[in-house]
Amino acid sequence: MTATATSVIRQVVWLGRALWRQLTSMRTALILLFLLAIASLPSALLPQWYLNQTKTATYIKDHPWLGPILDRLGFFDVIASPWYSAIYLLLAISLVGCVTPRTIELVKQWRAKPGRAPRNLSRLPHHAVVTTPDDPAECAERIRNALRHKGFGGWRTVVRAEDDGAVTVSAERGYLREVGNLVFHVSVLGLLLTMAIGSLFGYTGSILVTEGDGFCSSAPVAYDNFAPGRMVDGTDMAPFCIQVQKFEAAYDANGMAKFYRAQLGVQSGAAVRSDRYTEHMLNINDPLRIAGQRLYLLGHGYVPEFTVRFPNGDVRTYSAPFDPQDAMFTSQGVVKITDPPGYSGDAARKNQLAIVGIFAPSGLVTDGILTSAYPEMLAPAVAIQVYRGDLGLDQGQPQSIFAIDTRQVDKGLLVSQGRKNLNLGQSMTLPDGTVITFTGAKNYVSLQTSYDPVQGFALLFGILLVGGILTSLTIKRRRVWYRITSAADGGPRLSTGSRVDIGGLARTDEAGYGAEFGSLVSLAGTPAMTPESAGEPAPLTEEVPRSEKERVT
Amino acid sequence: MIDPTLSHLSDLAFEGAMAGYLVALVCHALLMASSHVRKQAPAAAAVSAAVSVPAFVAAGGAPMTADTLSDRGSAADSAPVGAAVPPAPGAEQRHTRFAEQIGRAAVIVTAIGFACHVLALVLRGFAAHRPPWGNMYEFTLMITGAAVATWLVVLWRNRFARPMGIYVMTPITVLVFLAGTVLYTRSAPVVPILNTYWLNVHVVAISLSSGVLMLSGLASAAYLGRLRYDARVAAGAIDPARSATRLPEAAKLDRIAYRAAIAGFPFYTFAIIAGALWAEVAWGSYWSWDPKEVVALASWVVYAGYLHARATAGWRGKPAAWISIVGLATIIFNLFFVNMVISGMHSYAGLN
Ligand code: HEM
Repeated sequence: MTATATSVIRQVVWLGRALWRQLTSMRTALILLFLLAIASLPSALLPQWYLNQTKTATYIKDHPWLGPILDRLGFFDVIASPWYSAIYLLLAISLVGCVTPRTIELVKQWRAKPGRAPRNLSRLPHHAVVTTPDDPAECAERIRNALRHKGFGGWRTVVRAEDDGAVTVSAERGYLREVGNLVFHVSVLGLLLTMAIGSLFGYTGSILVTEGDGFCSSAPVAYDNFAPGRMVDGTDMAPFCIQVQKFEAAYDANGMAKFYRAQLGVQSGAAVRSDRYTEHMLNINDPLRIAGQRLYLLGHGYVPEFTVRFPNGDVRTYSAPFDPQDAMFTSQGVVKITDPPGYSGDAARKNQLAIVGIFAPSGLVTDGILTSAYPEMLAPAVAIQVYRGDLGLDQGQPQSIFAIDTRQVDKGLLVSQGRKNLNLGQSMTLPDGTVITFTGAKNYVSLQTSYDPVQGFALLFGILLVGGILTSLTIKRRRVWYRITSAADGGPRLSTGSRVDIGGLARTDEAGYGAEFGSLVSLAGTPAMTPESAGEPAPLTEEVPRSEKERVT
Repeated sequence: MIDPTLSHLSDLAFEGAMAGYLVALVCHALLMASSHVRKQAPAAAAVSAAVSVPAFVAAGGAPMTADTLSDRGSAADSAPVGAAVPPAPGAEQRHTRFAEQIGRAAVIVTAIGFACHVLALVLRGFAAHRPPWGNMYEFTLMITGAAVATWLVVLWRNRFARPMGIYVMTPITVLVFLAGTVLYTRSAPVVPILNTYWLNVHVVAISLSSGVLMLSGLASAAYLGRLRYDARVAAGAIDPARSATRLPEAAKLDRIAYRAAIAGFPFYTFAIIAGALWAEVAWGSYWSWDPKEVVALASWVVYAGYLHARATAGWRGKPAAWISIVGLATIIFNLFFVNMVISGMHSYAGLN
């Protein structure tokens, strides 16, 4: 019983180890990176819910067989899909598993001295022989000093005496490369984490505010659209209030915007709901930062206004934001009148009005079609079609604020009352005597509040990421060994001084070591004219060294 | 607002660039063609055109059109299979001289084309009183310009790289051509959201680094071409004495690809981060999973994969080169497909 238990445990441990080793291998990292790249592509190729709901819904409707399946599998919300999360989670684990042992290894290396010289230096990819009049000890000291001080920065050296009397200098540089590489990988991990935390604890909310109005950010309901992170319940949002006092825009002769901006009154902290406002000019590309939240000016548009005189004599003013369709602000929208006076109960619901149409700040009618010729309000005009009936608002389905539910029209529940083009001040009379007058338009701004508690860390990791990769890709790991033998047992043609054998090894990317090796050679002495001087001391052209050739082909 | 004269001059400069690159392409094609007859006595070879064409087809068909073209072009000069024609020293020398001259001509016209290319961009900028990277035409010219600049740097540092020009200049010329035809837009100011220094930092960094990475992919393609040649030689399908390749050794091509990748990758990383900084002030979030962002991330990940592959046993060489080519494909995909087909927040292409 116990014997089988221990054997099971042993097997589980073995399996766990094997899995862990597999997961943290370079090969797995490589495959995960590839999977991540491939898994990202559907989000660029297919419409995504978070980017465009209408488009996505249309796509699914147009592909009745494939659409729902893809939707079920998360292809229209790739980034939030379980499989996408699984890949980057595995990648994160793999990263932890690979960074940890390498960090330990690096610390060990940092402590250790450069390794012993290989017995036969002539077998290294770079090799040279020089002679010097100094004796071995002097020469070693000279080389060591030169490596340490004379512009050959970053070398760590150790001098050793060998049994046969030879003196060796071992030198190595480029430890920072590994540091940079680790910083880079840790930053990738950090970025993954900050993005995850930011999306869990952050939120965005968007709202259209008409010039003269305002809003307070105390709760999600304050927004037209609110996208909370999974850990946000909307209860402890730091409230701020704004008042859109004035909207300004300037355009060039072609109607291209030069700028647009909104003059805001802002209340935050203790000032909220008092009557004290701080002035702030909100510009695009320049959010207002309030206590960790950011308020953006994303766009703008027009709010046409209509005065409606109902048959019972009531006069009321209605307006709604219209959605710009082109650069000249030809805009589309609907004013929904849900509570027409003079009716009650069911009759009120059946006599709702919708003023559907086009608004143009500088109206131009060609072939009966109204478009705008300029984005500024020079000659505002509307082309409207009025519907009466049940707008279908109480059916529990959210409706676009820019359109009516056309299914109500198809069902005959909403009936057209006629259409007309109106300039400023002109009216349209409905069959029942209701008079609709186009009285003007105001500006609205589209604003967004964003909150991400950890985005500062994201920036920090971003900077470290670039710094790390630059360090790791520019610093080269080089090793060089000098073996200095006294002339007596050095070479046949030398009678005084020493013979220096030099071998060089590049631990990463050989390229460029040739010339550098040349200068490492020349600090030891002058090239020996002995027949066995196998290496060219200063190869000026970059030949492909042996090891690289082997690695590549 | 727009200066029509400068705008017109810019278009002329563009045509100059296009012409330069086309001529360079022709030179490279000739250079390639010349390689297959390097060791031949022209007089003896002229007889046997009919035999040698099938011989080349049997060899498996070259991967690139340029190769195929050069096979045909030189076919008339080739000797029949198995016929041992002793190389005539005079011909050999003449060929080397011809290759040297045509190669130099290719570099010179490329440089002239590049100068026109830069001029076209600069004039665009002056015409519209803004930096010249506001729409896809200009942006494509930026990327291809960066790729040509990198290519010229490669040439300057490694003269031996010249014969890979056909691999480099073919796609670049196609892209420049597409820029001037499909993507061309009149000079115009940009919308206010683009009017910020982050735009300049981000767009310049993205286009330059993409150009550098692009060259890495093209060098990898040349590397694969050379490997294929070597494999065919090893298999006995090609007689190197009769149809030599002028492509540099595979290892050298691989190193050019690697060098370009490690120059481009940190730069590209920075460019994406600059984009995130811009998005943070412009769009309300530093990362919105906009299609353009997603594909840029995919490219980045693919290049990280390439660097990894080069350090992983069993992935060096061929697989790594393929990864680099996939990276190139994602960059081009991002440039064209995402801009023109998918609408996201990055839709400033100015094509509609
Ligand atoms: C999101 C995940 C990752 C990214 C983006 C990434 C990126 C990179 C990059 C760009 C390099 C090249 C640096 C250089 O050549 O010095 C690199 C090197 C390296 N990576 Fe990663 N990496 C990731 C995950 C991993 C994982 C999970 C492992 C471990 C299993 C790993 C192990 C290594 C190693 C050992 C090197 C050194 C290769 C060399 O010296 O050339 N990486 N990584």
